Amino acid sequence: MSEEPAMVQPMLEGRGIDKSFGAFKVLKAVDLAVASGEAVGIVGPNGAGKTTLFGVLAGALLPTAGTVRFAGADLTGTGAAARCRSGIARTHQVPRPFLGMSVFENALTAAQFGAGLSGSAAEDCAAEALERTALLNHANRPAAALGLLDRKRLELARALATRPRVILLDEIGGGLTEAELGLLITLIGQLKADGLTIVWIEHILHALLKVIDRLVCMSAGAVIAEGGPDAVMADPEVRRAYLGGSL
Amino acid sequence: MLDALIQGILLGGYYAILAAGLSLMFGVVRFINLAHGDLAIYGAYLVLFAVEVLGLSPWVAVASVVPVMALLGWLLQATLFARTIKGGFLLPLLTTFGLGAVLQNGMFGLFGSDTKSLGNHIGNLSWASWQLPVGISVGQLPVITFAVAVAVLGSLQLVLSFSKLGRAIRATSSDPEAAELSGIDARAVHRAAAAIAVALAGLAGAFLAMRALINPYAGPTQLIFAFEAVVIGGIGSLWGTLVGGIVLGVAQSFGATISAQGFQLAGHLVFLGVLGGRLYLAHSRNLGGWRGVLGMPALPLKSATQLKKVTSEGRS
Repeated sequence: MSEEPAMVQPMLEGRGIDKSFGAFKVLKAVDLAVASGEAVGIVGPNGAGKTTLFGVLAGALLPTAGTVRFAGADLTGTGAAARCRSGIARTHQVPRPFLGMSVFENALTAAQFGAGLSGSAAEDCAAEALERTALLNHANRPAAALGLLDRKRLELARALATRPRVILLDEIGGGLTEAELGLLITLIGQLKADGLTIVWIEHILHALLKVIDRLVCMSAGAVIAEGGPDAVMADPEVRRAYLGGSL
Repeated sequence: MLDALIQGILLGGYYAILAAGLSLMFGVVRFINLAHGDLAIYGAYLVLFAVEVLGLSPWVAVASVVPVMALLGWLLQATLFARTIKGGFLLPLLTTFGLGAVLQNGMFGLFGSDTKSLGNHIGNLSWASWQLPVGISVGQLPVITFAVAVAVLGSLQLVLSFSKLGRAIRATSSDPEAAELSGIDARAVHRAAAAIAVALAGLAGAFLAMRALINPYAGPTQLIFAFEAVVIGGIGSLWGTLVGGIVLGVAQSFGATISAQGFQLAGHLVFLGVLGGRLYLAHSRNLGGWRGVLGMPALPLKSATQLKKVTSEGRS
Protein backbone atom coordinates (compact mmCIF):
# COMPACT_ATOMS: atom_id res chain seq x y z
CA MET A 1 0.00 0.00 0.00
CA SER A 2 2.81 2.40 0.85
CA GLU A 3 4.82 1.67 -2.31
CA GLU A 4 2.00 1.59 -4.85
CA PRO A 5 0.33 4.97 -4.80
CA ALA A 6 -3.42 4.90 -4.21
CA MET A 7 -3.73 1.28 -5.34
CA VAL A 8 -6.31 -0.59 -3.31
CA GLN A 9 -5.35 -4.23 -2.86
CA PRO A 10 -6.75 -6.09 -5.85
CA MET A 11 -9.23 -8.94 -5.42
CA LEU A 12 -7.51 -11.15 -7.97
CA GLU A 13 -4.03 -10.54 -9.27
CA GLY A 14 -1.70 -12.32 -11.64
CA ARG A 15 1.78 -10.86 -11.68
CA GLY A 16 4.54 -11.67 -14.16
CA ILE A 17 2.75 -14.79 -15.40
CA ASP A 18 4.77 -16.90 -17.83
CA LYS A 19 3.37 -20.12 -19.20
CA SER A 20 5.16 -22.40 -21.65
CA PHE A 21 4.03 -25.65 -23.21
CA GLY A 22 7.35 -27.22 -24.14
CA ALA A 23 9.33 -24.64 -26.08
CA PHE A 24 6.21 -22.64 -26.94
CA LYS A 25 5.62 -19.58 -24.77
CA VAL A 26 1.88 -19.02 -24.49
CA LEU A 27 2.03 -16.30 -21.84
CA LYS A 28 4.83 -13.78 -21.47
CA ALA A 29 5.03 -11.75 -18.27
CA VAL A 30 1.30 -11.08 -18.08
CA ASP A 31 0.10 -8.73 -15.33
CA LEU A 32 -3.58 -8.55 -14.52
CA ALA A 33 -5.16 -7.00 -11.45
CA VAL A 34 -8.88 -6.92 -10.82
CA ALA A 35 -10.37 -4.84 -8.00
CA SER A 36 -13.24 -6.04 -5.85
CA GLY A 37 -16.57 -5.48 -7.61
CA GLU A 38 -14.91 -4.60 -10.89
CA ALA A 39 -15.87 -6.12 -14.26
CA VAL A 40 -12.95 -6.56 -16.63
CA GLY A 41 -13.25 -7.70 -20.24
CA ILE A 42 -10.46 -9.51 -22.07
CA VAL A 43 -10.29 -9.45 -25.85
CA GLY A 44 -7.67 -10.62 -28.32
CA PRO A 45 -7.25 -12.79 -31.38
CA ASN A 46 -7.36 -16.58 -31.21
CA GLY A 47 -4.19 -17.97 -29.67
CA ALA A 48 -3.50 -14.80 -27.67
CA GLY A 49 -3.39 -16.92 -24.48
CA LYS A 50 -6.65 -15.71 -22.94
CA THR A 51 -7.97 -19.13 -21.99
CA THR A 52 -4.52 -20.20 -20.81
CA LEU A 53 -4.49 -17.16 -18.53
CA PHE A 54 -7.83 -18.30 -17.08
CA GLY A 55 -6.34 -21.76 -16.59
CA VAL A 56 -3.50 -20.24 -14.57
CA LEU A 57 -5.84 -17.98 -12.56
CA ALA A 58 -8.31 -20.81 -11.80
CA GLY A 59 -5.61 -23.34 -10.92
CA ALA A 60 -5.98 -25.78 -13.82
CA LEU A 61 -2.49 -24.84 -15.03
CA LEU A 62 0.64 -24.14 -13.03
CA PRO A 63 2.42 -21.04 -14.36
CA THR A 64 6.05 -21.42 -15.47
CA ALA A 65 6.79 -18.20 -13.59
CA GLY A 66 4.85 -15.52 -11.76
CA THR A 67 2.37 -15.42 -8.90
CA VAL A 68 -1.39 -15.56 -8.55
CA ARG A 69 -2.86 -13.76 -5.55
CA PHE A 70 -6.47 -13.82 -4.46
CA ALA A 71 -7.82 -11.64 -1.65
CA GLY A 72 -4.29 -11.06 -0.43
CA ALA A 73 -3.22 -14.72 -0.29
CA ASP A 74 -0.69 -16.34 -2.62
CA LEU A 75 -2.52 -19.17 -4.43
CA THR A 76 0.09 -19.90 -7.11
CA GLY A 77 0.64 -23.53 -6.12
CA THR A 78 -2.92 -24.24 -4.99
CA GLY A 79 -5.07 -26.68 -6.95
CA ALA A 80 -8.26 -25.80 -8.82
CA ALA A 81 -10.58 -27.41 -6.26
CA ALA A 82 -9.12 -25.45 -3.35
CA ARG A 83 -9.25 -22.21 -5.37
CA CYS A 84 -12.88 -22.88 -6.18
CA ARG A 85 -13.63 -23.37 -2.50
CA SER A 86 -11.84 -20.13 -1.66
CA GLY A 87 -14.07 -18.18 -4.06
CA ILE A 88 -12.78 -18.31 -7.67
CA ALA A 89 -15.32 -19.69 -10.14
CA ARG A 90 -14.77 -20.36 -13.83
CA THR A 91 -16.97 -21.30 -16.76
CA HIS A 92 -15.74 -23.08 -19.85
CA GLN A 93 -16.18 -21.86 -23.40
CA VAL A 94 -17.88 -25.12 -24.34
CA PRO A 95 -20.09 -26.03 -21.37
CA ARG A 96 -19.05 -29.15 -19.50
CA PRO A 97 -22.05 -30.25 -17.44
CA PHE A 98 -22.00 -33.55 -15.56
CA LEU A 99 -24.04 -35.36 -18.18
CA GLY A 100 -25.13 -38.27 -16.01
CA MET A 101 -26.81 -35.96 -13.51
CA SER A 102 -29.95 -33.88 -13.42
CA VAL A 103 -29.70 -30.10 -13.77
CA PHE A 104 -30.41 -29.72 -10.07
CA GLU A 105 -27.77 -32.26 -9.07
CA ASN A 106 -25.20 -30.40 -11.16
CA ALA A 107 -25.84 -27.25 -9.14
CA LEU A 108 -26.12 -29.19 -5.88
CA THR A 109 -22.68 -30.72 -6.44
CA ALA A 110 -21.21 -27.25 -6.77
CA ALA A 111 -23.06 -26.03 -3.67
CA GLN A 112 -21.95 -28.99 -1.58
CA PHE A 113 -18.32 -29.03 -2.58
CA GLY A 114 -17.61 -25.52 -3.87
CA ALA A 115 -19.58 -23.54 -1.31
CA GLY A 116 -19.06 -26.19 1.39
CA LEU A 117 -22.75 -26.30 2.28
CA SER A 118 -24.73 -29.32 3.40
CA GLY A 119 -28.30 -30.43 3.84
CA SER A 120 -31.04 -27.95 3.01
CA ALA A 121 -28.59 -25.02 2.89
CA ALA A 122 -26.90 -26.68 -0.11
CA GLU A 123 -30.26 -27.36 -1.74
CA ASP A 124 -31.36 -23.75 -1.25
CA CYS A 125 -28.09 -22.50 -2.69
CA ALA A 126 -28.44 -24.75 -5.74
CA ALA A 127 -32.06 -23.72 -6.27
CA GLU A 128 -31.12 -20.06 -5.95
CA ALA A 129 -28.39 -20.43 -8.60
CA LEU A 130 -30.85 -22.17 -10.93
CA GLU A 131 -33.45 -19.49 -10.32
CA ARG A 132 -31.00 -16.71 -11.17
CA THR A 133 -30.09 -18.44 -14.41
CA ALA A 134 -33.75 -19.16 -15.27
CA LEU A 135 -33.19 -22.90 -15.11
CA LEU A 136 -35.45 -23.73 -12.20
CA ASN A 137 -38.13 -25.08 -14.55
CA HIS A 138 -35.58 -27.52 -15.94
CA ALA A 139 -34.24 -28.58 -12.53
CA ASN A 140 -35.28 -32.21 -12.84
CA ARG A 141 -34.29 -32.72 -16.46
CA PRO A 142 -31.11 -34.62 -17.25
CA ALA A 143 -28.30 -32.19 -18.03
CA ALA A 144 -27.66 -34.09 -21.26
CA ALA A 145 -31.10 -33.04 -22.54
CA LEU A 146 -30.31 -29.29 -22.46
CA GLY A 147 -29.67 -27.17 -25.54
CA LEU A 148 -26.68 -24.84 -25.91
CA LEU A 149 -28.16 -21.76 -24.20
CA ASP A 150 -29.36 -23.82 -21.25
CA ARG A 151 -26.03 -25.59 -21.03
CA LYS A 152 -24.33 -22.20 -20.86
CA ARG A 153 -26.80 -21.18 -18.18
CA LEU A 154 -26.07 -24.39 -16.29
CA GLU A 155 -22.34 -23.73 -16.56
CA LEU A 156 -23.02 -20.33 -15.01
CA ALA A 157 -25.43 -21.75 -12.41
CA ARG A 158 -22.84 -24.27 -11.32
CA ALA A 159 -20.25 -21.52 -10.98
CA LEU A 160 -22.68 -19.34 -8.97
CA ALA A 161 -23.63 -22.25 -6.70
CA THR A 162 -20.04 -22.37 -5.47
CA ARG A 163 -20.74 -18.91 -3.91
CA PRO A 164 -17.81 -17.23 -5.69
CA ARG A 165 -16.31 -13.83 -5.01
CA VAL A 166 -14.84 -13.61 -8.49
CA ILE A 167 -16.09 -15.35 -11.62
CA LEU A 168 -14.07 -16.01 -14.77
CA LEU A 169 -16.32 -16.26 -17.83
CA ASP A 170 -14.75 -17.79 -20.95
CA GLU A 171 -16.65 -16.78 -24.12
CA ILE A 172 -19.98 -17.45 -22.53
CA GLY A 173 -21.72 -15.47 -25.29
CA GLY A 174 -20.30 -17.45 -28.20
CA GLY A 175 -22.70 -19.43 -30.39
CA LEU A 176 -25.87 -17.78 -29.07
CA THR A 177 -28.52 -15.90 -31.03
CA GLU A 178 -28.88 -12.15 -30.46
CA ALA A 179 -31.97 -12.68 -28.31
CA GLU A 180 -30.27 -15.33 -26.20
CA LEU A 181 -27.22 -13.12 -25.86
CA GLY A 182 -29.43 -10.28 -24.64
CA LEU A 183 -30.78 -12.46 -21.82
CA LEU A 184 -27.27 -13.48 -20.85
CA ILE A 185 -26.01 -9.87 -20.79
CA THR A 186 -28.88 -8.86 -18.53
CA LEU A 187 -28.02 -11.69 -16.16
CA ILE A 188 -24.31 -10.87 -16.02
CA GLY A 189 -25.19 -7.20 -15.48
CA GLN A 190 -27.28 -8.24 -12.47
CA LEU A 191 -24.42 -10.29 -11.07
CA LYS A 192 -22.17 -7.25 -11.33
CA ALA A 193 -24.79 -5.07 -9.64
CA ASP A 194 -24.83 -7.59 -6.80
CA GLY A 195 -21.12 -6.95 -6.25
CA LEU A 196 -19.63 -10.02 -7.91
CA THR A 197 -16.18 -9.43 -9.41
CA ILE A 198 -16.16 -10.45 -13.08
CA VAL A 199 -13.44 -11.25 -15.59
CA TRP A 200 -14.93 -11.96 -19.01
CA ILE A 201 -13.20 -13.22 -22.14
CA GLU A 202 -15.39 -12.46 -25.14
CA HIS A 203 -15.14 -11.93 -28.88
CA ILE A 204 -18.55 -10.26 -29.06
CA LEU A 205 -17.48 -6.75 -28.21
CA HIS A 206 -20.89 -5.09 -27.95
CA ALA A 207 -21.89 -7.68 -25.35
CA LEU A 208 -18.79 -6.98 -23.30
CA LEU A 209 -19.20 -3.22 -23.47
CA LYS A 210 -22.64 -3.36 -21.84
CA VAL A 211 -21.16 -4.81 -18.65
CA ILE A 212 -17.48 -4.08 -18.22
CA ASP A 213 -15.67 -1.19 -16.56
CA ARG A 214 -12.29 -1.86 -18.06
CA LEU A 215 -10.95 -3.64 -21.13
CA VAL A 216 -7.73 -5.62 -21.51
CA CYS A 217 -6.41 -6.60 -24.93
CA MET A 218 -4.04 -9.55 -25.29
CA SER A 219 -2.05 -10.59 -28.31
CA ALA A 220 0.60 -13.30 -28.72
CA GLY A 221 0.71 -14.03 -25.00
CA ALA A 222 1.08 -10.47 -23.74
CA VAL A 223 -1.18 -7.65 -22.60
CA ILE A 224 -0.84 -4.96 -25.30
CA ALA A 225 -3.35 -2.43 -23.97
CA GLU A 226 -5.68 -1.87 -21.05
CA GLY A 227 -7.94 0.85 -19.75
CA GLY A 228 -11.28 2.35 -20.69
CA PRO A 229 -12.98 0.33 -23.44
CA ASP A 230 -13.05 3.22 -25.94
CA ALA A 231 -9.40 4.09 -25.44
CA VAL A 232 -8.34 0.44 -25.80
CA MET A 233 -10.33 -0.13 -28.96
CA ALA A 234 -8.94 3.08 -30.46
CA ASP A 235 -5.35 1.99 -29.76
CA PRO A 236 -3.58 1.46 -33.11
CA GLU A 237 -1.75 -1.63 -31.90
CA VAL A 238 -5.03 -3.16 -30.74
CA ARG A 239 -6.67 -2.41 -34.07
CA ARG A 240 -3.81 -4.10 -35.88
CA ALA A 241 -3.63 -7.19 -33.63
CA TYR A 242 -7.29 -7.69 -32.90
CA LEU A 243 -9.18 -6.51 -35.92
CA GLY A 244 -6.49 -7.20 -38.50
CA GLY A 245 -5.50 -10.48 -36.91
CA SER A 246 -8.90 -12.03 -37.26
CA LEU A 247 -8.76 -11.92 -41.07
CA MET B 1 -29.38 -78.61 -17.02
CA LEU B 2 -31.29 -76.49 -14.49
CA ASP B 3 -28.63 -77.39 -11.99
CA ALA B 4 -25.89 -75.95 -14.21
CA LEU B 5 -27.95 -72.81 -14.78
CA ILE B 6 -28.41 -72.18 -11.05
CA GLN B 7 -24.77 -72.88 -10.32
CA GLY B 8 -23.74 -70.52 -13.09
CA ILE B 9 -25.95 -67.71 -11.85
CA LEU B 10 -24.61 -68.08 -8.32
CA LEU B 11 -21.03 -68.15 -9.61
CA GLY B 12 -21.86 -64.85 -11.32
CA GLY B 13 -22.17 -63.30 -7.86
CA TYR B 14 -18.51 -63.97 -7.15
CA TYR B 15 -17.49 -62.51 -10.52
CA ALA B 16 -19.61 -59.44 -9.86
CA ILE B 17 -17.80 -58.68 -6.58
CA LEU B 18 -14.43 -59.14 -8.26
CA ALA B 19 -15.34 -57.19 -11.39
CA ALA B 20 -17.10 -54.28 -9.67
CA GLY B 21 -13.77 -52.96 -8.39
CA LEU B 22 -12.15 -53.24 -11.79
CA SER B 23 -15.10 -51.47 -13.38
CA LEU B 24 -15.11 -48.73 -10.75
CA MET B 25 -11.39 -48.04 -11.26
CA PHE B 26 -11.83 -47.85 -15.01
CA GLY B 27 -15.03 -45.82 -14.87
CA VAL B 28 -13.91 -43.27 -12.28
CA VAL B 29 -10.11 -43.13 -12.41
CA ARG B 30 -9.77 -44.25 -16.08
CA PHE B 31 -7.19 -46.66 -14.78
CA ILE B 32 -6.76 -50.32 -15.73
CA ASN B 33 -5.36 -52.24 -12.81
CA LEU B 34 -3.76 -55.45 -14.08
CA ALA B 35 -2.90 -56.41 -10.49
CA HIS B 36 -6.60 -56.57 -9.52
CA GLY B 37 -6.64 -60.38 -9.55
CA ASP B 38 -3.40 -60.57 -7.61
CA LEU B 39 -4.80 -58.15 -5.04
CA ALA B 40 -7.80 -60.47 -4.67
CA ILE B 41 -5.48 -63.41 -4.01
CA TYR B 42 -3.45 -61.26 -1.62
CA GLY B 43 -6.66 -60.47 0.28
CA ALA B 44 -7.41 -64.19 0.45
CA TYR B 45 -3.96 -64.89 1.91
CA LEU B 46 -4.46 -62.14 4.49
CA VAL B 47 -7.72 -63.79 5.55
CA LEU B 48 -5.95 -67.17 5.74
CA PHE B 49 -3.20 -65.58 7.82
CA ALA B 50 -5.74 -64.03 10.18
CA VAL B 51 -7.49 -67.38 10.60
CA GLU B 52 -4.50 -69.74 10.81
CA VAL B 53 -1.95 -67.58 12.62
CA LEU B 54 -4.01 -65.04 14.56
CA GLY B 55 -6.78 -67.54 15.27
CA LEU B 56 -9.69 -65.32 14.24
CA SER B 57 -12.94 -66.86 13.10
CA PRO B 58 -13.23 -66.79 9.28
CA TRP B 59 -16.01 -64.19 9.10
CA VAL B 60 -14.30 -61.91 11.59
CA ALA B 61 -11.14 -62.32 9.54
CA VAL B 62 -12.95 -61.31 6.34
CA ALA B 63 -14.53 -58.33 8.09
CA SER B 64 -11.13 -57.13 9.32
CA VAL B 65 -9.22 -57.77 6.10
CA VAL B 66 -11.63 -55.73 3.95
CA PRO B 67 -10.74 -52.41 5.67
CA VAL B 68 -7.04 -53.32 5.49
CA MET B 69 -7.42 -53.85 1.74
CA ALA B 70 -9.27 -50.52 1.47
CA LEU B 71 -6.31 -48.82 3.14
CA LEU B 72 -3.95 -50.61 0.76
CA GLY B 73 -5.98 -49.36 -2.21
CA TRP B 74 -5.91 -45.82 -0.86
CA LEU B 75 -2.12 -46.02 -0.41
CA LEU B 76 -1.55 -47.54 -3.85
CA GLN B 77 -3.56 -44.76 -5.49
CA ALA B 78 -1.84 -42.05 -3.45
CA THR B 79 1.70 -43.28 -4.01
CA LEU B 80 1.77 -45.26 -7.25
CA PHE B 81 -1.34 -45.11 -9.46
CA ALA B 82 -1.78 -41.33 -9.37
CA ARG B 83 1.78 -40.87 -10.62
CA THR B 84 1.66 -43.46 -13.37
CA ILE B 85 -1.66 -42.21 -14.77
CA LYS B 86 0.04 -38.98 -15.80
CA GLY B 87 2.39 -40.99 -18.01
CA GLY B 88 -0.19 -41.92 -20.62
CA PHE B 89 -2.12 -45.07 -21.37
CA LEU B 90 0.73 -47.60 -21.42
CA LEU B 91 2.44 -46.74 -18.14
CA PRO B 92 -0.42 -47.81 -15.83
CA LEU B 93 -0.59 -51.16 -17.66
CA LEU B 94 3.14 -51.77 -17.28
CA THR B 95 3.21 -50.58 -13.68
CA THR B 96 0.29 -52.69 -12.51
CA PHE B 97 1.62 -55.67 -14.47
CA GLY B 98 4.82 -55.23 -12.48
CA LEU B 99 2.88 -54.77 -9.24
CA GLY B 100 1.13 -58.07 -10.01
CA ALA B 101 4.48 -59.82 -10.40
CA VAL B 102 5.72 -58.32 -7.14
CA LEU B 103 2.57 -59.47 -5.34
CA GLN B 104 2.79 -62.99 -6.81
CA ASN B 105 6.41 -63.48 -5.84
CA GLY B 106 5.90 -61.73 -2.52
CA MET B 107 3.11 -64.17 -1.67
CA PHE B 108 5.26 -67.06 -2.87
CA GLY B 109 8.03 -65.90 -0.52
CA LEU B 110 5.74 -65.32 2.45
CA PHE B 111 3.23 -68.16 2.16
CA GLY B 112 4.96 -70.75 -0.03
CA SER B 113 3.73 -72.32 -3.23
CA ASP B 114 1.34 -74.85 -1.68
CA THR B 115 -2.28 -74.49 -2.64
CA LYS B 116 -4.42 -73.38 0.25
CA SER B 117 -8.06 -72.98 1.00
CA LEU B 118 -10.32 -71.44 3.57
CA GLY B 119 -12.67 -74.37 3.01
CA ASN B 120 -11.26 -76.25 6.00
CA HIS B 121 -12.02 -73.37 8.33
CA ILE B 122 -15.67 -72.74 7.57
CA GLY B 123 -17.09 -75.98 8.90
CA ASN B 124 -19.46 -77.78 6.56
CA LEU B 125 -20.34 -74.59 4.68
CA SER B 126 -18.11 -75.39 1.73
CA TRP B 127 -20.19 -78.45 0.84
CA ALA B 128 -23.50 -77.96 2.67
CA SER B 129 -26.52 -77.37 0.49
CA TRP B 130 -30.22 -76.59 0.60
CA GLN B 131 -32.73 -78.88 -1.09
CA LEU B 132 -35.18 -77.14 -3.37
CA PRO B 133 -38.63 -78.72 -3.89
CA VAL B 134 -38.00 -79.79 -7.49
CA GLY B 135 -35.18 -82.08 -6.47
CA ILE B 136 -32.39 -79.58 -6.99
CA SER B 137 -29.83 -78.78 -4.36
CA VAL B 138 -28.05 -75.45 -4.16
CA GLY B 139 -24.79 -74.95 -2.27
CA GLN B 140 -25.08 -72.70 0.74
CA LEU B 141 -21.77 -70.94 0.12
CA PRO B 142 -22.63 -69.93 -3.47
CA VAL B 143 -25.99 -68.59 -2.27
CA ILE B 144 -24.27 -66.59 0.48
CA THR B 145 -21.71 -65.29 -2.04
CA PHE B 146 -24.46 -64.24 -4.41
CA ALA B 147 -26.42 -62.56 -1.60
CA VAL B 148 -23.30 -60.66 -0.52
CA ALA B 149 -22.71 -59.60 -4.14
CA VAL B 150 -26.23 -58.21 -4.45
CA ALA B 151 -25.92 -56.48 -1.07
CA VAL B 152 -22.50 -54.99 -1.93
CA LEU B 153 -23.55 -53.77 -5.38
CA GLY B 154 -26.84 -52.48 -3.98
CA SER B 155 -25.18 -50.47 -1.24
CA LEU B 156 -22.56 -49.20 -3.66
CA GLN B 157 -25.36 -48.10 -5.97
CA LEU B 158 -27.08 -46.31 -3.06
CA VAL B 159 -23.83 -44.57 -2.12
CA LEU B 160 -23.27 -43.49 -5.73
CA SER B 161 -26.83 -42.27 -6.22
CA PHE B 162 -27.59 -40.49 -3.00
CA SER B 163 -24.49 -39.70 -0.94
CA LYS B 164 -22.19 -36.72 -1.16
CA LEU B 165 -19.22 -39.01 -1.86
CA GLY B 166 -21.25 -40.72 -4.59
CA ARG B 167 -22.03 -37.40 -6.21
CA ALA B 168 -18.35 -36.49 -6.10
CA ILE B 169 -17.47 -39.85 -7.68
CA ARG B 170 -20.01 -39.42 -10.47
CA ALA B 171 -18.92 -35.83 -11.13
CA THR B 172 -15.25 -36.82 -11.27
CA SER B 173 -16.02 -39.78 -13.48
CA SER B 174 -17.96 -37.53 -15.86
CA ASP B 175 -15.36 -34.75 -16.10
CA PRO B 176 -12.50 -34.46 -13.59
CA GLU B 177 -11.60 -30.91 -14.58
CA ALA B 178 -15.17 -29.65 -14.31
CA ALA B 179 -15.42 -31.47 -10.98
CA GLU B 180 -12.42 -29.50 -9.70
CA LEU B 181 -14.20 -26.31 -10.78
CA SER B 182 -17.08 -27.34 -8.57
CA GLY B 183 -14.72 -27.62 -5.63
CA ILE B 184 -14.24 -31.39 -5.75
CA ASP B 185 -10.73 -32.66 -5.08
CA ALA B 186 -10.58 -35.18 -7.93
CA ARG B 187 -7.44 -36.84 -6.58
CA ALA B 188 -9.11 -37.50 -3.23
CA VAL B 189 -12.07 -39.00 -5.10
CA HIS B 190 -9.67 -41.23 -7.03
CA ARG B 191 -8.14 -42.43 -3.75
CA ALA B 192 -11.61 -43.22 -2.39
CA ALA B 193 -12.50 -45.15 -5.55
CA ALA B 194 -9.25 -47.14 -5.37
CA ALA B 195 -9.93 -47.94 -1.70
CA ILE B 196 -13.39 -49.29 -2.59
CA ALA B 197 -12.02 -51.23 -5.58
CA VAL B 198 -9.21 -52.96 -3.70
CA ALA B 199 -11.49 -53.69 -0.72
CA LEU B 200 -13.90 -55.41 -3.13
CA ALA B 201 -11.00 -57.37 -4.64
CA GLY B 202 -10.07 -58.59 -1.15
CA LEU B 203 -13.66 -59.59 -0.41
CA ALA B 204 -13.88 -61.49 -3.70
CA GLY B 205 -10.57 -63.22 -2.94
CA ALA B 206 -11.90 -64.38 0.43
CA PHE B 207 -14.96 -65.95 -1.21
CA LEU B 208 -12.75 -67.56 -3.85
CA ALA B 209 -10.57 -69.12 -1.15
CA MET B 210 -13.65 -70.50 0.61
CA ARG B 211 -14.90 -72.49 -2.36
CA ALA B 212 -11.63 -73.25 -4.21
CA LEU B 213 -7.91 -73.82 -3.81
CA ILE B 214 -5.68 -70.80 -4.28
CA ASN B 215 -1.98 -70.39 -4.87
CA PRO B 216 0.19 -67.28 -5.21
CA TYR B 217 -0.08 -67.35 -9.01
CA ALA B 218 -3.87 -67.64 -9.22
CA GLY B 219 -4.43 -63.90 -9.74
CA PRO B 220 -4.10 -63.45 -13.50
CA THR B 221 -6.81 -66.04 -14.25
CA GLN B 222 -9.18 -64.23 -11.92
CA LEU B 223 -8.27 -60.95 -13.60
CA ILE B 224 -9.27 -62.36 -16.97
CA PHE B 225 -12.62 -63.55 -15.61
CA ALA B 226 -13.22 -60.12 -14.07
CA PHE B 227 -12.36 -58.42 -17.36
CA GLU B 228 -14.75 -60.65 -19.23
CA ALA B 229 -17.55 -59.94 -16.78
CA VAL B 230 -16.93 -56.19 -17.00
CA VAL B 231 -16.84 -56.14 -20.79
CA ILE B 232 -19.89 -58.38 -21.21
CA GLY B 233 -21.87 -56.25 -18.76
CA GLY B 234 -20.69 -52.89 -20.09
CA ILE B 235 -18.15 -50.67 -18.37
CA GLY B 236 -19.42 -48.17 -15.85
CA SER B 237 -22.62 -49.95 -14.86
CA LEU B 238 -22.74 -51.81 -11.55
CA TRP B 239 -25.80 -53.92 -12.34
CA GLY B 240 -24.36 -54.53 -15.80
CA THR B 241 -21.34 -56.00 -14.04
CA LEU B 242 -23.62 -58.39 -12.16
CA VAL B 243 -25.34 -59.36 -15.42
CA GLY B 244 -21.93 -59.82 -17.07
CA GLY B 245 -20.79 -61.98 -14.17
CA ILE B 246 -23.92 -64.12 -14.42
CA VAL B 247 -23.59 -64.55 -18.20
CA LEU B 248 -19.95 -65.60 -17.75
CA GLY B 249 -20.80 -67.89 -14.83
CA VAL B 250 -23.63 -69.60 -16.71
CA ALA B 251 -21.46 -70.09 -19.80
CA GLN B 252 -18.68 -71.63 -17.70
CA SER B 253 -21.09 -73.78 -15.79
CA PHE B 254 -22.64 -75.19 -18.99
CA GLY B 255 -19.17 -75.59 -20.50
CA ALA B 256 -18.14 -77.67 -17.50
CA THR B 257 -21.04 -80.07 -18.03
CA ILE B 258 -19.66 -80.80 -21.52
CA SER B 259 -16.07 -81.37 -20.51
CA ALA B 260 -13.67 -80.43 -17.73
CA GLN B 261 -11.83 -78.00 -19.99
CA GLY B 262 -15.15 -76.56 -21.18
CA PHE B 263 -15.40 -74.42 -18.05
CA GLN B 264 -12.93 -71.76 -19.17
CA LEU B 265 -13.37 -72.26 -22.89
CA ALA B 266 -17.13 -71.62 -22.89
CA GLY B 267 -16.65 -68.44 -20.88
CA HIS B 268 -14.02 -67.14 -23.30
CA LEU B 269 -16.21 -68.03 -26.30
CA VAL B 270 -19.21 -66.14 -24.92
CA PHE B 271 -16.94 -63.18 -24.17
CA LEU B 272 -15.60 -63.18 -27.72
CA GLY B 273 -19.12 -63.60 -29.09
CA VAL B 274 -20.36 -60.56 -27.16
CA LEU B 275 -17.34 -58.54 -28.23
CA GLY B 276 -17.78 -59.56 -31.86
CA GLY B 277 -21.49 -58.77 -31.77
CA ARG B 278 -20.83 -55.30 -30.37
CA LEU B 279 -18.12 -54.72 -32.96
CA TYR B 280 -20.55 -55.67 -35.71
CA LEU B 281 -23.26 -53.39 -34.34
CA ALA B 282 -20.89 -50.49 -33.78
CA HIS B 283 -19.69 -50.77 -37.37
CA SER B 284 -23.04 -51.37 -39.02
CA ARG B 285 -24.57 -48.38 -37.22
CA ASN B 286 -21.36 -46.44 -37.58
CA LEU B 287 -21.44 -45.23 -34.02
CA GLY B 288 -19.68 -45.89 -30.79
CA GLY B 289 -16.28 -46.89 -32.14
CA TRP B 290 -14.25 -48.87 -29.61
CA ARG B 291 -16.20 -47.34 -26.74
CA GLY B 292 -19.34 -48.84 -28.24
CA VAL B 293 -17.59 -52.17 -28.51
CA LEU B 294 -16.74 -52.09 -24.81
CA GLY B 295 -20.30 -51.07 -23.97
CA MET B 296 -19.17 -47.77 -22.51
CA PRO B 297 -21.48 -44.79 -22.48
CA ALA B 298 -20.77 -42.42 -25.38
CA LEU B 299 -18.45 -39.67 -24.34
CA PRO B 300 -19.64 -36.09 -24.39
CA LEU B 301 -18.46 -33.04 -26.28
CA LYS B 302 -15.57 -32.96 -23.84
CA SER B 303 -13.01 -34.65 -26.05
CA ALA B 304 -13.97 -32.39 -28.95
CA THR B 305 -13.48 -29.35 -26.73
CA GLN B 306 -10.07 -30.43 -25.66
CA LEU B 307 -9.07 -31.15 -29.21
CA LYS B 308 -10.25 -27.74 -30.25
CA LYS B 309 -8.32 -26.13 -27.44
CA VAL B 310 -5.14 -27.93 -28.32
CA THR B 311 -5.35 -27.00 -31.97
CA SER B 312 -6.22 -23.36 -31.40
CA GLU B 313 -3.42 -23.10 -28.86
CA GLY B 314 -0.98 -24.96 -31.03
CA ARG B 315 -1.69 -23.00 -34.19
CA SER B 316 -0.65 -19.64 -32.82
